[in-house]
Amino acid sequence: MTATANADREADFERTIEHHDRIEPRDWMPEKYRATVIRQVAQHAHSEIIGMQPEGNWITRAPSLRRKAILLAKVQDEAGHGLYLYSACETLGVSRGELTDKLISGKQKYSSIFNYPTLSYADVGTIGWLVDGAAICNQVPLCRTSYGPYGRAMIRVCKEESFHQRQGYELLMTMMSGTDEQRAMVQESVDRFWWPALMMFGPPDADSPNTAQSMAWGIKRDTNDDLRQKFVDMSVPQAEALGVTLPDPELAWNEERGHHDFGQPDWDEFAAVVSGSGPCNAQRIAHRKRAHDEGAWVREAALAFAAKGTDL
Amino acid sequence: MTVQPEWPLYEIFVRGKRGLNHVHVGSLHAADDEMALRHARDVYTRRNEGVSIWAVRADLIVASSPDEKDPLFAPAGDKVYRHPTFYAIPDDVPHM
Amino acid sequence: MDSHDLDLDHDSVYDGLLGGDASQWAFGTDFEDPLAGVDTTIPAGVDGAVLAAYCLMLGDDALVYAHRLSEWTSNAPDLEDDIALANISLDLLGQARLLLARAAAADPSVVPVLPDGSPVPPEDALAFFRDESAFRNVRYVEAPNGDFGVTIARLLLFSTHRLALLQRLAASVDPVLAAIAAKGVKEVTYHRDYAGRWFVTLARGTEESRRRLVAGLATVWPMYAELTRCSDVEARAAEQAFGVDPATVGDEVDAVVEHVLATAGIERPDVPASGTGPLGRTGRHSEAMGRLLAEMQVVARAHPLGKW
Repeated sequence: MTATANADREADFERTIEHHDRIEPRDWMPEKYRATVIRQVAQHAHSEIIGMQPEGNWITRAPSLRRKAILLAKVQDEAGHGLYLYSACETLGVSRGELTDKLISGKQKYSSIFNYPTLSYADVGTIGWLVDGAAICNQVPLCRTSYGPYGRAMIRVCKEESFHQRQGYELLMTMMSGTDEQRAMVQESVDRFWWPALMMFGPPDADSPNTAQSMAWGIKRDTNDDLRQKFVDMSVPQAEALGVTLPDPELAWNEERGHHDFGQPDWDEFAAVVSGSGPCNAQRIAHRKRAHDEGAWVREAALAFAAKGTDL
Repeated sequence: MTVQPEWPLYEIFVRGKRGLNHVHVGSLHAADDEMALRHARDVYTRRNEGVSIWAVRADLIVASSPDEKDPLFAPAGDKVYRHPTFYAIPDDVPHM
Repeated sequence: MDSHDLDLDHDSVYDGLLGGDASQWAFGTDFEDPLAGVDTTIPAGVDGAVLAAYCLMLGDDALVYAHRLSEWTSNAPDLEDDIALANISLDLLGQARLLLARAAAADPSVVPVLPDGSPVPPEDALAFFRDESAFRNVRYVEAPNGDFGVTIARLLLFSTHRLALLQRLAASVDPVLAAIAAKGVKEVTYHRDYAGRWFVTLARGTEESRRRLVAGLATVWPMYAELTRCSDVEARAAEQAFGVDPATVGDEVDAVVEHVLATAGIERPDVPASGTGPLGRTGRHSEAMGRLLAEMQVVARAHPLGKW
């Protein structure tokens, strides 16, 4: 391949990005772009799959049959989201099995929020309200991400995710209208999840090495800090309506900026959780590994059966 | 690292209601055609989204090149396996 | 077209998903209200107490088995089957809710009494505030899941039996039970299909999968007999033409199971039945049941005045 041809392809690619057109799987793309998309989509898919665990923890203990059905359907959706996103990744020539190996071996990350434990049923509501709410802030712009299959998967994910946030908020509202013990459960849960939810947007822009290139390529559409601000502005009135306080003494409306001022999460804790020493990191990965290993004989059996080509 | 064989990839098309085309909704893995249809029902029509499902093995789809004006690159375009990331390389092999 | 709008005019079959009604969260995969337009008065000639007791049996089977199947969530062999098993669990949970609600309507005295001011609806009072001895499910559905081979074997026998039962119940003189059964037939037909296909796949897949399936079948077989034993309540329900004597579907179930076994090339297990008489149907359960209920009921019982 000549240098001119290379330069032409690169120019084509840059033009497509500039016009906010989508890159499709079989288009030429720079190696770094491909690697970046794979990294981001895989991390997103892993987050959905690991995210099944903290909420799945409460399916068998849900306190009403209606809540049990809602929670089961919700966790099931997360499996679906993981599946859509793994599929988007596979269009770039990397298989689900490889991605699962990378998750289990710790070579690829997932959202650090899922390394926190779920300690009461209120956490199901709080995860829906704050964690899914933060996820929606992150994800809605991704429906317009430059990589076509990722954007299309995100359209489906976002539609289902908005249900998730609403069911969470509705659970918390219902609990707030219940007993004093229930109200205390909700407040305690919000206290635990508020800061980790803010961390979901990633480190401050100044410390986010990948942001600039990802934005230039249209893989990412907003900076971490912009999204975090948006989330805080959204959550404050929701917390008021709910009747809970957010555990941040610095939280205040800034008339001049037209936004809320707020305190910084503990970024040392964030770094620790990302690097593996969060409260549940080892447990989450061990669970995934066990399920994957225990399922190996089943997956092999289906392949062997299909290879025999027998019709039922 | 050994690469374990995986269930093949299927592309799924759903007819949302009578009178509409089947539309591509995504993909999934299945060991065979029957399983692909059943998985598609579970994965892509959980909320009563469809009246009819097509499942097609991804490797049986014939596709045009995105770049027909430039036949030089066309033959490579539809072959993901010609791309380096398709091959799993042990992580302790340097400089790959 | 402005490329920014691409996602907005995406030709998606999922458009309008947000407009759906909330019931789709609560009734498994079938979102239509199965009781729309159904006369809910107890028909003449039907004893409300027997109807309630009978609905508890079918409802508790579904509830307890849904609980077990939901334990597969995030633990299945692959994502596709995680989703499929959750669907089956959701279907059964939906059946349980309708049946428990019918039991409460047919005989309010079966519903545990809660403190004054408790907002807990009857279906939840029945699920979360009944003691073990008041549950009427067969022991077959209480047993721990075991591996995927045990799970598939258990699901095959259960869904084959339940499908045969529901098909007959669709002609029940109780219009509510008939409507619940008609809805259930569609769901359980799929459950049986899912189990049957996996059964044959495992039987003819690898040596390992065949070994595990054979072991799984032998594990579930001894308690299976209990499904076909007729309790007093079921006998009276059959007399009053709203219920089915489970022994009468035995031959049909047997024929289907025999067909699947033959296709799979697997022999009927030669293991003795476990226990005699309709044990679970009279409130005598296995050791697994107490733990299952302790887990299922722990949050609800801690908050008898709670709103969820």
